Amino acid sequence: MKQKYKKRRMKDYVGLLYISPFIIGFLIFQLYPFISSIIYSFTDFTMIKKPDFVGFSNYINMFTKDRDFWNSVKVTFKYVLMAVPMKLIFALFIAMVLNMKLKSINFFRTIYYLPSILGGSVAVAVMWRFLFMYDGLVNNFLGVFNIPPISWLGNPDISLYTIGLLAVWQFGSSMVLFLAGLKQIPENLYEASAIDGASKVKQFFVITLPMLTPIILFNMVMQTISAFQEFTGAFVITNGGPMKSTYLYGMMLYDNAFVHFKMGYASAQSWILFFIIVTITAILLKSSKRWAYYEDGGDF
Amino acid sequence: MSMKKKNKKLIVRIIAFVFLSLLGIFMTYPLLWLISSSFKENSEIFKSLSLIPQKIVMNSYSEGWKGIGQFGYSTFFGNTFKLVIPITFFTVISSTIVGYGFARFTFPFKKFFFSVMLAGLMLPSSVIIIPRYLLFNRFGWLDSYLPFIVPAMFATNAFFIFMMVQFFRGIPKELDEAGIIDGCNSLQILTRILLPLCKPAIFSAMLFQFIWAWSDFFSPLIYINSVKKYPLSLALRMMLDLGEQAQWNQIMAMSVLSIVPPVILFFTAQKYFVEGISTSGLKG
Repeated sequence: MKQKYKKRRMKDYVGLLYISPFIIGFLIFQLYPFISSIIYSFTDFTMIKKPDFVGFSNYINMFTKDRDFWNSVKVTFKYVLMAVPMKLIFALFIAMVLNMKLKSINFFRTIYYLPSILGGSVAVAVMWRFLFMYDGLVNNFLGVFNIPPISWLGNPDISLYTIGLLAVWQFGSSMVLFLAGLKQIPENLYEASAIDGASKVKQFFVITLPMLTPIILFNMVMQTISAFQEFTGAFVITNGGPMKSTYLYGMMLYDNAFVHFKMGYASAQSWILFFIIVTITAILLKSSKRWAYYEDGGDF
Repeated sequence: MSMKKKNKKLIVRIIAFVFLSLLGIFMTYPLLWLISSSFKENSEIFKSLSLIPQKIVMNSYSEGWKGIGQFGYSTFFGNTFKLVIPITFFTVISSTIVGYGFARFTFPFKKFFFSVMLAGLMLPSSVIIIPRYLLFNRFGWLDSYLPFIVPAMFATNAFFIFMMVQFFRGIPKELDEAGIIDGCNSLQILTRILLPLCKPAIFSAMLFQFIWAWSDFFSPLIYINSVKKYPLSLALRMMLDLGEQAQWNQIMAMSVLSIVPPVILFFTAQKYFVEGISTSGLKG
């Protein structure tokens, strides 16, 4: 009995040993920064002088005096609400077309997936900037159809959409997930409903969409989280302009923290972003109990 | 099936095929245009839609390669490899070890640590960037590659741990038990029995980490100051900022070169990418 107990203790120790890199990494590179970020957010730390506690004044200033803050919140919400649904709807649509069992499906999947792989790179942002310049390829193409050139990057009403389009162009990774989900829907569900006389459209709403809801939820959560933190595209393509129309929250954080070195203030702003993202994720997950379908009734 | 129905099905397939082809052209045209523009003269780049240059120039590559100031693209490519290879190497090793621990052992607080790891997949990282920067500043690690390499040693990217855990779970435990009977200890079970079976998962993890680290822009932007240590992403952005109109084709040429390694990897190993995101069920 005692022997067995000892053996069990030994095994416990072994498991912990294997995950110890993770525990150490978590404590140093995640938990410690997480906690100190809360503390910094209540100070006026600027790297040059020693931090003093300033209470809630970072938060109060942000909400009452900082016009950039409200602008960035607005711009970022607009970006997320545009880029995420467009990307997911497009990804789902293409996945369904690809699922028609065409012979060339692998070829197309590869082609469509490529932009996702290159996605966040500066090279692609550079390309986007050249494509949408006033005399760039896109306006040249429109000119063929006698459409007058559009100021894609210079017009503050349009520029954010141009950045959002870059996110939609990278629909490939969501598409691959949808495609994997579509393949798992049992064929006999469709056969049975066809015998009952269901149309293709009805099948989509009664079978396909409900069966895909877990993957839709998953995609929605992950894409929303990353869209709220988008940085590279807006930074390289428009640098937040014109007239701060693409000044996303991530860019504002970067400027405050690493250009102006207002570390305390930027920490407070990062906590507001954190709060927004966690709230929206929680709403998505909570509401999903009503619309996401799980065969085993399991949790996300 | 009636003849009419068969015909209808064929027509739908043809429409789908045409649609997919057009979309494919639409999606890849920008990349092809980038490549072709890098061989065009500057005056031609914004004048035609054509992919075929009127006059092919190569000096955009030779001139662009010289880079900015005293540092050329041989330096920037070298830096990128110096950054990406250790990150990839250590991420794969640490994630495999940690994934093995989670998948095969019971230990106190296992559920807690596993939840912490899963939460790490979803927690927005922007909230920890500033204190991390201050921490690395205190360590004296700024303007070096340590802020990238050391966290990789400690499996800080939960995506790869999760991927390995999922893969280990798919391998029957009987194999481990056979190993125990043969007198293997737990480390030998991992290295002799499980690792050879894990090759596809390890390969997927390597590819994803390589490509993500290769095109990462934000982290180098905050941690690296001196041009001498710039990876490609920072060099390209600097070139774009300093560049005058005259250097457009050079910027495009260097952009093309910077995506060659990820594109080659993607096309030669695309099976592993698709498997990687489908099996782990995570983003790419």
